[in-house]
Amino acid sequence: MNSDEKGSSLWLDAWLRLRRNRAAMVGLFLLILIGSSCILLPALTDFLKDPNKTDLVHRNLKPGAEHWFGTDHLGRDLFSRVIFGGRISIAVGLITTFVSVTIGIVWGAIAGYVGGRTDAFLMRVVDILYALPFLVVIILLGKILEPLTDQLTESTVHLVAGENADTKQLVSTRNWVEPLTTLVPVFIAIGALSWLTVSRIVRAQVQSVASLDFVEAARSLGLGHFRILFRHILPNTLGPIIVYTTLTIPGVMMFEATLSFLGLGVKAPNSSWGVLIQEGANFMLTNPLQLLFPALFFSLTLFSLNFLGDGLRDATDPKAAKD
Amino acid sequence: MLKVILSRLFQSILVMFVLYTITFFLVKALPGNPLQGDKAMPPHIMAKREAYYGFDQSPLEQYTRQLSKFLQGDPGFSFRLEGRPVAEIIGQAFPVSLQLGVIAMTIAVSIGIPAGCIAAARKNGLLDTLSMSIAMIGICLPSFVTGPILAEWLGRALKLAPAYGWDPAKPATWFLPALTLGLAYAAYLSRLTRAGMLETLSQDFVRTARAKGVPGWRILVRHCLRGGLIPAVAYIGPAFAGIVSGSLVIESVFQIPGLGRHFIKSIETRDTPVILGVTMLYGALVITANFLTDLAGIWLNPRLRKAA
Repeated sequence: MNSDEKGSSLWLDAWLRLRRNRAAMVGLFLLILIGSSCILLPALTDFLKDPNKTDLVHRNLKPGAEHWFGTDHLGRDLFSRVIFGGRISIAVGLITTFVSVTIGIVWGAIAGYVGGRTDAFLMRVVDILYALPFLVVIILLGKILEPLTDQLTESTVHLVAGENADTKQLVSTRNWVEPLTTLVPVFIAIGALSWLTVSRIVRAQVQSVASLDFVEAARSLGLGHFRILFRHILPNTLGPIIVYTTLTIPGVMMFEATLSFLGLGVKAPNSSWGVLIQEGANFMLTNPLQLLFPALFFSLTLFSLNFLGDGLRDATDPKAAKD
Repeated sequence: MLKVILSRLFQSILVMFVLYTITFFLVKALPGNPLQGDKAMPPHIMAKREAYYGFDQSPLEQYTRQLSKFLQGDPGFSFRLEGRPVAEIIGQAFPVSLQLGVIAMTIAVSIGIPAGCIAAARKNGLLDTLSMSIAMIGICLPSFVTGPILAEWLGRALKLAPAYGWDPAKPATWFLPALTLGLAYAAYLSRLTRAGMLETLSQDFVRTARAKGVPGWRILVRHCLRGGLIPAVAYIGPAFAGIVSGSLVIESVFQIPGLGRHFIKSIETRDTPVILGVTMLYGALVITANFLTDLAGIWLNPRLRKAA
């Protein structure tokens, strides 16, 4: 059969190797589990308790059958807060990291590979963006994008609820959609400004690989610059890039919490893991569980990501023995 | 080499100019103004105050006026802390942030890089799993969680060091804030060092060295450290500029009179001269740090020297 003779691609090889890495597969499984429950459970109405409903009689309850993770300082159900918060944190983490890593890789790779004036120009732009006051940019973006996000909320609500939705359905859909769509400026701003370190790391890596012999060989074979850069050089620098990506995700998740603290991110009473951890840190001494549960979910997600990242690193390493 | 430095200096001046301009107009575009939160006043007094601060002029006029003063070395007065020159505010707060940042970075480098190297040398071994798990916990726990925990445990329970406050003359007060800040960066550095070292350890020259019978630690230190440090060094440059220009969280947890809170406050109150002053300082730090990083990159990678 013909297909057997075809050499397997870099990515197919990587997947086959990844599947044999137990830690990475456990990580992947946990990520899918946490991710799907944070995305799907809030959509099932009546399964979770209202995460924002306060109940001052039942404050700081211990975990039990009624409240799986207990309640917080305002008597809100901690389990549904963690699940609802996870949805926002995962969205912020994935979307902004994807945007920032993509820009960072392309920017840094071009700067490192082309060098000279192009490199100087691209890197001075990075210098300027580093130094720009982040908060000012985010406040402005939020203001400029406000009409757009409102529009986005409206159209998403109608799209999800369908044409003939009654008021009750519309309200519940809005509650589900709004916390995410209002964060669009935050997504854009964090994504647009957090690629800077990625680009500098990629640039340094590309510079160090671009002078190796196999690149010279590729060039003498007459391969184009694009192919040399993205097929030959970048795969050899993936390790640090993947690791930095797994480090960017917690970074942007916590940054979102800082923005929320300054009134720019998630609007209270909605929450994210970062906000829950921040709240929990304030009540660390009276009710440690309020810090523990969100921190546990946050860490579990990041540990899984990290194992998956390490597995990907090993699996995509072109220098590893083919087996 | 001299040519490199000179051309970089010229670029830096350009960067600073562009940075000043963009920041100025971004701040002007923000809704609200510094006088907004004040008590209600008769319109003629308000008009007089606005004229005093130059708010009655067009943004372009304000820009040229402020820029020409800035170029003469006078960043002006704060709008919020009335009568206090920006130079004085920064002059008081920056040394504190700088000192804290340098100590924290020293802690981060001296823990993070050795830990990353050891983890890479013992890949998938006990030491690797242990140190990288600790690093992941460090990355997962933000400093507003680790700060109070360290203050409570090391400060109040064990009484190792004061739990809050900052005194440049008393090294004991440096300990907890610098440790909290440094551990977070150490976690990042160790993961990046491990990744870079693993990348280098899988190169052919390592196999050659092994085959020649070079001892393991010597391969690690003499053959791999330079190449393996490249990602960590690329990270340290900008991180250093960030760490010495102050951190709001650390400053509020440990009550430190640093630059971070001035910066946040100045943005909240649209205090243009302070925003510009701090931004330009930060810009200068970023440019210097990235230049030093590039020089370090050339030193770490002999193949780049020909090009430079």
